[in-house]
Amino acid sequence: MSSWTPTAPRPAPSNTVGFVAWARANLFATKLDTALTLLAFTLVVYVVEAIFGWAIIDASFTGDDRTACLKEVQGACWPFIEAKFGQFIYGRYPDAERWRVDLVFLSGLIGLIPMLMPNVGFKRANMIYLLGFYPIFAFIMLNGGMLGLATVDTTDWGGLLVTLVVAITGIVASLPLGILLALGRRSDLPIVRALCIGFIEIFRGVPLITVLFMASVMLPLFLPDGINFDKLVRCLIGVALFSSAYMAEVVRGGLQAIPKGQYEAAAALGLGYWKTTHLIILPQALKLVIPGIVNTFIGLFKDTTLVLIVGLFDLLGIVQLHFTDASWATPETHITGYVFAGAVFWLFCFAMSRYSIFMENHLSTDRTSS
Amino acid sequence: MSDPVIRINKMNKWFGNFHVLRDIDLNVAAGEKTVICGPSGSGKSTLIRCINRLEAHQEGEIEVEGVTLDGSLKNLEEIRSNVGMVFQQFNLFPHMTVLENCTLSPIWVQQKSQAEAETLARELLERVRIPDQADKYPGQLSGGQQQRVAIARALCMNPRIMLFDEPTSALDPEMIKEVLDVMVELANEGMTMLCVTHEMGFARQVADRVIFMDEGEIVEENAPEAFFSNPENERTQLFLSQVLTH
Ligand SMILES: Nc1ncnc2c1ncn2[C@@H]1O[C@H](COP(=O)(O)OP(=O)(O)OP(=O)(O)O)[C@@H](O)[C@H]1O
Ligand SMILES: [Mg+2]
Repeated sequence: MSSWTPTAPRPAPSNTVGFVAWARANLFATKLDTALTLLAFTLVVYVVEAIFGWAIIDASFTGDDRTACLKEVQGACWPFIEAKFGQFIYGRYPDAERWRVDLVFLSGLIGLIPMLMPNVGFKRANMIYLLGFYPIFAFIMLNGGMLGLATVDTTDWGGLLVTLVVAITGIVASLPLGILLALGRRSDLPIVRALCIGFIEIFRGVPLITVLFMASVMLPLFLPDGINFDKLVRCLIGVALFSSAYMAEVVRGGLQAIPKGQYEAAAALGLGYWKTTHLIILPQALKLVIPGIVNTFIGLFKDTTLVLIVGLFDLLGIVQLHFTDASWATPETHITGYVFAGAVFWLFCFAMSRYSIFMENHLSTDRTSS
Repeated sequence: MSDPVIRINKMNKWFGNFHVLRDIDLNVAAGEKTVICGPSGSGKSTLIRCINRLEAHQEGEIEVEGVTLDGSLKNLEEIRSNVGMVFQQFNLFPHMTVLENCTLSPIWVQQKSQAEAETLARELLERVRIPDQADKYPGQLSGGQQQRVAIARALCMNPRIMLFDEPTSALDPEMIKEVLDVMVELANEGMTMLCVTHEMGFARQVADRVIFMDEGEIVEENAPEAFFSNPENERTQLFLSQVLTH
């Protein structure tokens, strides 16, 4: 009987590894590939050059008014952003009180960053801080009127502050509401199911502008005299309800993908409905639909710009508002403002997108991940 | 024979208009090993799933350890905590490690402490011979290992009755033995077992009784030797000739 010894591994042939091999295989494999590669390359160079020229080479960086941005060949008018930066971030929030907003931003980041890092412990304490303490703290700090803080009316809030308040409230409220709606829609109880379907279909079938408009103009007509919500609060409620209807459908997609066997195994182990849902079904269903959830968050974040319709000035709204400032009227003011606003929105959305990819990989438990 | 722990009396079940189980009468004594076989679609799975009410029956009575299955939530909880079940497709929870799969029910249903549950789970993983896989995820195990985890998970509830629904049918031949070995061991320890299986070797080795089902009815039941050597019913004969020639 002869014994079997496995063959020792050899290194891969040198012409299949390294950059040259990679480029040959992926960029220049055929004549058509080569042509497309060159064309794409030319296009990229052209676009990058144009952007670089506009944003840097031909741009103005210093100045106190429009005269700084009236060169013969004028690129971006950055002094406009510089001069208005405070307005763009805080709106008409009084200068002397802006530290309160900074403090709210900062304390939010302090809670959020460890929360987003899966390996940092104390998740429960962190959660209590973010969902229990922080909203109250942020409300007191931003609104004032107690603890010796001057009241700052929400009509004076604006810019990135309003964008973040609306978006974060929407995000935080829409996920749990959406989950409850999705569970309700699959419930065995006919009344619960009917209510959830009705809610979802109504809010999903109506444009957000309509919801916001109704919340700000129509709602007060139905409320008894004397009861009057703040306009911002009404918008927050409208946005939260609207996005939770979308979220419900995303979550339902995940719920439907969970095999029946999972429910049966949980039932056979003696787990009831809520324990099964919370321990077995939701962790798997939500993981499946992370891309959809983040997609909804991103959509919501950008939809916050619609609050302009009811007279609230979010980041984009306030940038547009300042286009009318005569002392900054130049041909490049608009485009510079839009590029700035776009870049800020993009930054937030891109961060969410990257984080979702990171989480998907982190939560993956199949063979490939270990 | 002692008092039956499972008592099924004139039980009938329909899926819509389809009469899946017809007048089932079945008593299982404590410690008894019963093997159920029969052609596909004959209602074997449905029968054992009725015992822990994964399917609800419509007529007749089912009683498990003196508790009647009648739709009352309290009775159902009591029965499910005494009855473990192993599925053909394992149905492990893929987002939890093997250890978490096993400690889930002790912690959340039986309110044991984390430490207590883990000690118990590791003991049972040892018993099904995979103590070293505790921290892996189900997706990283072979089919045979997954099924043994599923058995350990069910045993963690400390059940007095175990139901098996074709536990080896989804496995490659070389893995069937490792699962059957665990089941034989469990049988030798005196567990009350109801197994739907076509592993006739297993039936001969451990079963006290073999039941043959067809078209939703119990056609024949007998001790394994008699069942295999001279089946009384011609449908049983036909079925056995098909199964045993494979
Ligand atoms: N949820 C259901 N709804 C409707 N019909 C069903 C359902 N589950 C099973 N059936 C039907 O009931 C019959 C019995 O099914 P069951 O799964 O009990 O058969 P089985 O004997 O276990 O078969 P197999 O050996 O293929 O597992 C089959 O005809 C099946 O199509
Ligand atoms: Mg079956």
